[in-house]
Formats: sequence, C-alpha cells, structure tokens
Amino acid sequence: MSGTLVVAEHLRGRLRDVTRELVTAAQDLPRPVGVAVIAADPGPLAGEADLRGVDEIVSVRAGGDEFENDVYRDALEALLAGRQPDVVLTGFTVNGMGYAPAVAAKLGLGFASDVFATSLEDGLVIARRAFYGSKVHAEVELPGGRPVILMLRPTVWAPAEAGGGAARSELSVEVRPSRARHLSFVELPQSDVDITSADFLLSVGRGIGDKENIDRFARLAAKMGATLSVSRPIVDAGWMPSARQVGQSGKTVKPKVYLAFGISGAVQHLAGMKGSGTIIAVNSDPEAAIFGVAHYGAVADLFEVAGELEKLP
Amino acid sequence: MKAVVCVKQVTVLGDEVGFTDDERDVDPDYLEKALNEWDVFAVEEALRITEASGGDASAAGAGKESEVVVVTVGDEEADEALRRCLAMGADRAVRVAADGIDDDPLTVARWLAPVVAREDPGLVLCGVQSSDAVQAATGVMLAGLLGLACVAVVTEVSYNQAARRATVHRELEGGLIDVVEVQTPAVLTIQTGINEPRYATLRAIKQAKLKEIEVAEPDSPAPGAYRVRRMFAPEKGAGAEMLSGGAATVAARIAEIVQARLS
Repeated sequence: MSGTLVVAEHLRGRLRDVTRELVTAAQDLPRPVGVAVIAADPGPLAGEADLRGVDEIVSVRAGGDEFENDVYRDALEALLAGRQPDVVLTGFTVNGMGYAPAVAAKLGLGFASDVFATSLEDGLVIARRAFYGSKVHAEVELPGGRPVILMLRPTVWAPAEAGGGAARSELSVEVRPSRARHLSFVELPQSDVDITSADFLLSVGRGIGDKENIDRFARLAAKMGATLSVSRPIVDAGWMPSARQVGQSGKTVKPKVYLAFGISGAVQHLAGMKGSGTIIAVNSDPEAAIFGVAHYGAVADLFEVAGELEKLP
Repeated sequence: MKAVVCVKQVTVLGDEVGFTDDERDVDPDYLEKALNEWDVFAVEEALRITEASGGDASAAGAGKESEVVVVTVGDEEADEALRRCLAMGADRAVRVAADGIDDDPLTVARWLAPVVAREDPGLVLCGVQSSDAVQAATGVMLAGLLGLACVAVVTEVSYNQAARRATVHRELEGGLIDVVEVQTPAVLTIQTGINEPRYATLRAIKQAKLKEIEVAEPDSPAPGAYRVRRMFAPEKGAGAEMLSGGAATVAARIAEIVQARLS
C-alpha cells in the first residue's frame, strides 16, 4: 500500500484514544493511511477504527483478545512485508514500547520514540523529540532502513473523529504462540480519595525532598481548600499511595487550578495534567519542563513560597 | 541464575544550557553524569532475583550459578556508573568502550547484544527508559536483535527458576496491571518503584573501586535508528506569566490567582 500504517491499540475490546490521535498525525504523512487491527477477533475493533481520514483498515486475525508481545512483533513484521508502508505509527505507550523497538532493531529500520511533531521534507520524515530530560528539543532524520517506525507521544494530536467508508481488508499471518502470555488484569485498589474530581489540586514532586514534608504540604492543601496530589517519584518512594498520583501511569486530571510545587515536569506527568484550567508551577530550576505548560510560573524556593502561603489568612 | 543488567550513565542538564558549534548536541560543559534512576531499580531487582533463586550473589568462589553482570556502553567516565552497581552487589561489570556516543538506542543495543549473548543469562533487565533521552527502546531492541522474549514496563517479578518462567506485572496507563507469564530467557524493562534499592555500604563502595571492569570493543555500527540534525532550546512557557518579586509577593499572587479561578 505504501503510505502510512497506524497500528491500532486496544484494551478490553475497545480502541484506545491514542489510535485516534495516530490517525490525525498520519494526515500529515505519506498517504494512503491504513490502520492495522491485530486481535483474535478484529471485526468490532475494525469498525471503531473506521475514522475520518482512514483509507484502509487491515484486519489481522492473530493472538488473543489482549496485547501479547510476540504476537505484535510477528504481526507487524508480516504487515511490513505484506503492505510495504513508508511510515509506521504506534503510540509511545506501554504496549508500543513492548514490540515496536524490537521490530525496528531486528529489521534495522529508522526509528524514533516519544515523537511530538513530524514534517516531510522531499518525501523524507523529520521527527521532533526531546532530550536531556525534556529541556532541549531536536529534529532527527531517519537515515536507516525503510519503513521508519515512529512512536508518537500521546495526547499531542487531537483524536480523529468517527468517519467511515474506509476499505476493509484482511491479512492472514503466521504468528507463533507468544512467549509472554496475558493472564489477567489487576485493578488499582479502591481509594477514598478521587483526585480526578477535585477543582483544586495542590501537587508535590521530588523537589519537596523529604517524606516529612508531605505532612506540611498536606496541611497547606487543607488550608487552601485543595486536594493533595503527587508525581510519580513520591509514590515510588512509598510516601503516598498511587491513588494520588498524577500522570500517565496514575490519574489524568483536569482541575480548575493545578498548583505544582517541586515538580520538574517529566513527559509522563505533563500528559496527566496539561488539560488543567490554570496551571501554576513553583520550581527552583528555571529550565524545568513544567514551565512549558504552566500558565503562571515562579522560579523560587518552594519552601519559602509555601511558608508565605501558610502565613496568609 | 545469571542476570545481566544493562545500565546507562545518564547526563543531567543543569539550570543553564549551551550547544556545541555544530548545534547537534548540548555542550558537555553543561552536563553532569549519574547512574540512570530506572537502572538502579533494575540492578536491585536482579540482585533480589538471583539471591532468591539460590546461591548468594555476593558469595565468592568460581563456578557459582548465581551471578549479576552489569553492562554499559560508554567512555571511561561510565565506569563510575558500573562501580555504583558493583557496590550494590553486582558481581562483574563490562563496559563496551565507545566514545562520544549519542543516544541512538539501536546503535547502543547493537553494541550491547554480543556481550549479552556471550553471557547467556536467564534474565536480562534494563531500565524502562533513561532519564535524559526517554527513548524506552534500548532494552526491547536488544530483545529484537537477540530474538528473546520480552516484557516492557515491569513493576513486579516472580521468577520460577525450575520452570524457566517468570510471572510479571506490566504497568499499563492509568495504573492498570497486566499480569503476564513469560518464558525465560527474557528481557524485562524495569519501572521505577518496583523495589526499594539498597544503599551500598562504605566498605562495598571501597571494594567496588578495586574491582576490575572488563572493557569490550564495540562492533562497527550499521546506520543507527536516527541522526540528530539540530538541537535547540524549546520556546519557554509560551503564554506562561512568570511571577517574580520574592516569596511573599509570589505567594500573594498565587493566592489571588487561585481565588479568582475558583470563584
């Protein structure tokens, strides 16, 4: 088919949002745009993947209901051989991370991950991604083998709307039984805190330094009428339960006000809070990536600012 | 059980940034070095698995079955990262000698692959990603090159040596856990928070300084996954209003903004 092939991502029988975002991103890349749906029963998912801007949906009947590593590795290789796309798009997601780099390495393909913008120059793809903890950006060329595989950062492109009329096809592939097999899902433990419903989140990150400081910011949050939330390092350290974690592996939040203390702004954190109404960030590092999404920022000692907020009536 | 852990000495960019003359990278003067945070968790996990699977990873003696080998790609400065792993309890360290590598994960994976293959481990652990480049690719590329099973973004490992398989938790978006059974040998990429990494004792740090680090020569690489054409500082806080004037003024402004937005 040449053109751009989107590998659909799905979970528990539903297409994931990132797939719709990939279809939007594909509109600026070589056409036609195909979407591959890899599943034991791709039919219903293929229907969901019939989005505006999709020219062809390729159903690949393989594997089980849920993602399995070797199934996706084998199926993607077969898709590349059978459809000869110029560009392959997957999400920079946990599933994508499981197989896309393996295929790129095995076949020696051009590859870039966590891509947040693309352009075409003389038919060649230029990708933008960040380096050095998101503090600098870079344009990368993909001089390796064809096709190129781009793993795109979620929540950057708007999701494609339901459309219709894409051609349907099937590709039959031989896949080995996956050496990594899905057994079950385990839900997060229920919590009495729901940070996704708060209007005002006061969020703290690594910058608070010590576990003892959690209590101080919890009291400040209570005083200001905010709910306390945290970034991943605080949960990793065991200082707060994951129910309060904002970010890709935690909760996606959209409060009216998001007030961040000592959060540098890892990509995965920003993905979980950049939709907030007003973002205020206090950080001692003027280069902190969180200032890139904040509406208000202060380069300041967070304890001094907290101290002054505590004094206010 | 032998485990190989692939680690990276990452660069940490300080408060200022300047670029090289060709504008293809950050000037090294602006960078500090550290062992990648994800890799600390991977080393700890490897130590725990090998300790539990029989044999003491720190016990002396030839021919022991239980061993943790750490591998990195880098120049002599990267030895520091390896020595930290040795101080935590890793048995051996190998550095693939490569100067001035950029962060192309395919080139790095190609350099790691022969060392990993030679060691023939039951498990290969890598951090999910490096803090500086955030590719989340090198470990899974290694699996692709070596034809190994793999699971990415792992937050729990129960290894059954007799059955040659592991039951692992894969952490999906939103915190949902996918329980996966994987045959070994396999590559697992390890997420932060999976364990509580041990601190090295002063004695272990001293001993690690005396340990020999094997230096392996890199294969001449094929074209990498990408080539950086231009690096630049992003536009800062497009639309962000910076509050200034000391902590008291900043606090008062924050309180004002919060009140205005919530009312």
